Amino acid sequence: MIGALREPSWTFFDVLLPLLGIAAYIYYYRALGAASSFEGFVVLGGAMTAFWLNVLWGMASQFYWEKETGNLQLFLVSPMSRMALLAGMALGGMLSAGVRALSTLVLGIVIFNVHMTVADPLLLAAVFLVTLIAIYGMGMMFASLFMLYGRDAWNISNLLQEPIYLVSGFYFPVRSLGPWVSAVASIIPITLGLDAMRQLLFGVTANGFLPVTTELAVLCVLAVAFLVLARYALRYMEELGRKEGRLTLRWQ
Amino acid sequence: MAVSRHLRTFRHAAWLGWQMESNWTRPWLFLLYSIVRPIAATLILVVMFLVVKQGVSNDPLMFAYTYLGSVFFMFVAQVMMGATQVIMEDREHYQTLKQLYIAPISIQAYIVGRAMSKLVLTSLSVVISIAFGVVVLGLQLDLSMVDWPLFAASMVLGIGCILAIGIALAGITFLTAKHSSGINEGIAGAFYLFCGTLFPITVLPAWGQAIGMAVPLTYWLELVRRSLYPGSGIEAIGGLQAFASPTLLLYLIVSTVAFLAASALIFRLADTRARRSGKVDMTTTY
Repeated sequence: MIGALREPSWTFFDVLLPLLGIAAYIYYYRALGAASSFEGFVVLGGAMTAFWLNVLWGMASQFYWEKETGNLQLFLVSPMSRMALLAGMALGGMLSAGVRALSTLVLGIVIFNVHMTVADPLLLAAVFLVTLIAIYGMGMMFASLFMLYGRDAWNISNLLQEPIYLVSGFYFPVRSLGPWVSAVASIIPITLGLDAMRQLLFGVTANGFLPVTTELAVLCVLAVAFLVLARYALRYMEELGRKEGRLTLRWQ
Repeated sequence: MAVSRHLRTFRHAAWLGWQMESNWTRPWLFLLYSIVRPIAATLILVVMFLVVKQGVSNDPLMFAYTYLGSVFFMFVAQVMMGATQVIMEDREHYQTLKQLYIAPISIQAYIVGRAMSKLVLTSLSVVISIAFGVVVLGLQLDLSMVDWPLFAASMVLGIGCILAIGIALAGITFLTAKHSSGINEGIAGAFYLFCGTLFPITVLPAWGQAIGMAVPLTYWLELVRRSLYPGSGIEAIGGLQAFASPTLLLYLIVSTVAFLAASALIFRLADTRARRSGKVDMTTTY
């Protein structure tokens, strides 16, 4: 939270930048003559990018940044649980990204006159929360893997932006990519999370991939799996880093 | 004498930029990192098009309009940002900017040289994307019909304009370390929205169209499309059909010269101010 609040003026860019992309995609859909629900898909997907970007740059790459600035060794010397550290970072990241996502959502709805109907608020809240737990669990797992990387970490995070927006269907129903691509992309929790939220907010026009309850069940499994994997990966990579002396390497 | 010194700076900076970009990993991995992201960004638009139109053949001209706009916008996103990143990287990360300043070189020539690696990589991404569009997506492009002189002139002017904007932003980066990425991404995002990259500017409200008409990149993208699809009717889509290609080329020349002059002035002012306030070797860990 301190990291997010240290430069309040960044909030302006955090809110403005996603809106520019959202506006471009909405006008694009308008130029193509798409149904108005597609504009809602763009606003929802644009809001959720705040969480995905936070997972990539605030969670997955965090140990890499700490290594580059010389803090990682201090973390490892401290008598604390690495999982607790990551969980704390995840919680802070969720809150700061949540503010950005909410601003984007509200401004997107107001500026572009997007209509959404919350059919089942409880189910929507459950899907949203489980999606967050699953993607931040994934981020925790990546954090341990990226701990040993040099510039690969930065490049992999870059590589997981637009390609993931594409295969996870941030701006269109993921089902449009076909059942096989959708199934493979479902390993990334935000794919099913977005699909379920689209179904709950836009009904049949969302062209959902699986029933919402099924998607919620899969998301629960993914959330647990990523948290467990993160724990093992963290222990393994830390041990490997100690053996190979890579935990204090900079400018790789 | 000065020209040969600038050219030498440019050449060495381009080589340095290429080495910094590529020499830390295996070539295939470097290529993967470099081209997958921009191509994926283009494919998002392709899927959005296919979801609505149900096939390229249902509106091939609109598909070509969007696809080419998205593909050539890679130059804006990569080259412009590449120029601005030079200041952040050399000042904050590698902490070598002060050594560059006391060397007998032109900083502008150095920045343009460093941006060349991005230009080469982006050109490769553009060629691959267009080939992918033709072979896989059914983009109808006949190379024998392309108006090559118009294309070459448009590209030289367009890239010159992008580099000019990049140098101006690099100057601003001297003064705004904490906000440089936000400013740079915001300007790139505004160009993406207002310059007719994905859709005709006539879709925008009147004030948005006015912004688009004031930016040379709008004319550049339109000329690139017209040069690649001469006589196909693509000029009727973008909202600039009232202007003949030579007129647009003239607008592009005039606006690019104006942007170059403004860029030189902005960089000079920012550079002077950064030296006065001791920001040339500032490290903020942002």
